[in-house]
Amino acid sequence: MLPNDLLRRILYIDLSRRRFWVEDRLDLFEEGLGGAGVAVRLLEEECPPGADPLGPENPIIFAVGPLVGLFPMASKTVAMFKSPHTGNLGESHAGGRSAIAIRMAGYGAIVLRGASPTPVYVVVEGENVYFRDASALWGLRSSATVGRVIRERERGAGVRTILRIGRAGEQGVTYACVVTETYRHFGRLGLGAVFGSKKLKALVVSGRRALPVAERKAYRETYDAVFRAATESPLMQKYHELGTAMNVLPLESIGALPTRNLRSGRFEGAEAISGENLARNYLGRRVACAHCPVACIHLAALRIPYPNDPYFYKTVMMGYDHEPIYAVGSMLGIADVAGMLQLLDEVEAVGLDVMSAGVTLAWATEALERGLISLKETDGLALAWGDWRTYIQAVGRIVDPPNDFYRALGRGVEHAASVWGGADFALAFGGNEMPGYHTGPACHLTYLTGARHSHLDSAGYSLDQRAAAKGETLTPEGVAEALLEEERWRQVLASLVVCFFARGVYTPEIVQRTLMAAGMPRSADDLARLGAGTLARKHAFKVREGFDPARLRIPRRILETPSPLGALDEAFLRRAIAHFFEGVGEG
Amino acid sequence: MAKRLSVVDVDRCVGCQSCMFACARRLGEGGLAGACIGVRSAGGIRRGFVVVVCRACPDPPCARVCPTDALIPRPPGGVRLRAELCIGCRNCAEACPFGAIFWDAAQNKPQICVYCGYCARYCPYEVLALEDLPSSPALRATPSPLLTEGQERGEGRGES
Repeated sequence: MLPNDLLRRILYIDLSRRRFWVEDRLDLFEEGLGGAGVAVRLLEEECPPGADPLGPENPIIFAVGPLVGLFPMASKTVAMFKSPHTGNLGESHAGGRSAIAIRMAGYGAIVLRGASPTPVYVVVEGENVYFRDASALWGLRSSATVGRVIRERERGAGVRTILRIGRAGEQGVTYACVVTETYRHFGRLGLGAVFGSKKLKALVVSGRRALPVAERKAYRETYDAVFRAATESPLMQKYHELGTAMNVLPLESIGALPTRNLRSGRFEGAEAISGENLARNYLGRRVACAHCPVACIHLAALRIPYPNDPYFYKTVMMGYDHEPIYAVGSMLGIADVAGMLQLLDEVEAVGLDVMSAGVTLAWATEALERGLISLKETDGLALAWGDWRTYIQAVGRIVDPPNDFYRALGRGVEHAASVWGGADFALAFGGNEMPGYHTGPACHLTYLTGARHSHLDSAGYSLDQRAAAKGETLTPEGVAEALLEEERWRQVLASLVVCFFARGVYTPEIVQRTLMAAGMPRSADDLARLGAGTLARKHAFKVREGFDPARLRIPRRILETPSPLGALDEAFLRRAIAHFFEGVGEG
Repeated sequence: MAKRLSVVDVDRCVGCQSCMFACARRLGEGGLAGACIGVRSAGGIRRGFVVVVCRACPDPPCARVCPTDALIPRPPGGVRLRAELCIGCRNCAEACPFGAIFWDAAQNKPQICVYCGYCARYCPYEVLALEDLPSSPALRATPSPLLTEGQERGEGRGES
């Protein structure tokens, strides 16, 4: 690392004692580079075995990497913590301005320890840290209001990030998210509930440092190569034009769009909720994360009339992507796109992970249909496919539960099904609710084997679709090995905190060139070791905390509803799981 | 001909801040410390963005309030900094209604756009352009209505 690079500095914030200090941890960044590679090492240091995810002993770790502030699309922050949702490894990535702000404040990572006795928000302005009283912000109905109040009260407009939680995080819903810059999220695995357990309403970080480079001319040339690839080549076009919502129609056409709790992979309302229709009729603005020219964030402008007040309207701007569209669109049978956007708005306001929220409501709807629960449990809400108004009311009850049923829904489908039954159609993998692809065995193997049980861990859906397009036959061993290779490489990208959408631009060669310019040269072998080692460390953490691949639950529903590659076979999935975990520990 | 940076259409700005990083990179470094252009939200990202940059005023207020003549007008518009004369009083920064005087914290001196247009080359959405600054003040009142209008709109956002 260059001698004057501040990446090596870690800011420690103790919320219990309201103290902070900085440590030079060059060792961690030389070993792990940044992001996931550094965060997993800090998690090993900070998180005691068997920690209560909602206790003060659970740390929150944010880590960025050496390319942040130097190269475009190195724009993610990796958060690590113990997940209150799965009781195991919590890892979530978000963009916005979070990564730039942490690096520009002069840090490679921020570690939050302990818990505040009273609501607090923390402001990091370069070298200074302020603990501000947040008791007046606690309980606000909308996370957007929290953002607005802090925005107007604090300095650093344009060069700051405001990470905040909504009511769901305060209330400990285990899939509460952390919102940043209004439209980006540390969405999955419940970081919002960990914030809430620490009485931490928000974390504001700002700064505008200079960053050194190894050699100026080479830096500018490498920058231009990356920038051109991002803006001129077709690599990023998909994210740029329709955004990820462009997946909706192609997935539906092959029967891979999970619909009505995955009773089908086809959805008759797909056209209405498609990226094409949203762009045509609702797209109001496109925005970008800091230092990313792609601008994949699509905002729908929805004009809503007040029912009893003529000439009164409000216009809301809602971010949309494939996963939210799946989770509160097709999964709930909602084809009324304006209704879907309003449901999404409510989920955002309370600060829930939209994917887990949608899948949980889908399970509840089917459980009600099958008589596992009654209107008594649902507090009188007749949950029904397509009825977005009722779902909006249900979201409110998940956050402020009137009874044990909604309290259980606030812990996700795995838990809810353990109380009320219906595990066969409770679509969670490793305790985390299903993403929006039913393309074949490989996507489900990603959900099952991925360290975060996220579709982004190893992107099995792309393996499935390639096999379908080429007419190839997948084997359990072949899928397991391909997923392992992909997940290992993604550890490298996650350590550099390069957005996974830019994986086509950041080839191993480009990664090496950018690291050279940043003054942290690494060979291809070094990178391969980093990737495998980081994944092995995550796996070791999970095993320490009780993860057992043999006990992974495979929901029956994914075997019953045919995929584009035909009906899935449990024995195939089990063999692939076993093969994957034979390899994963070899860091 | 003298140049100035023009905010052609602020409504196309996606807030990627590529311009800010380009401005710092002009000096051969990364990060944002050297940036003389700023992009921030117009009161929340849902409302879009504000682009703050020196508009090269013909009679620049920042130069008028400089007690040491470190900032001198550059005809026909804009200013030039003679850093060796600057005492870091910040009068200039307070005088600029757009907040377009950025501050070099390490040197305690203003940092102001030098009208090179490097940032505009990295704007993927044609928000920014380098334009000629006509030399005659009479001409400046009327020409290029399109660009002037865009510029005005951009600045208006900065004020709201």
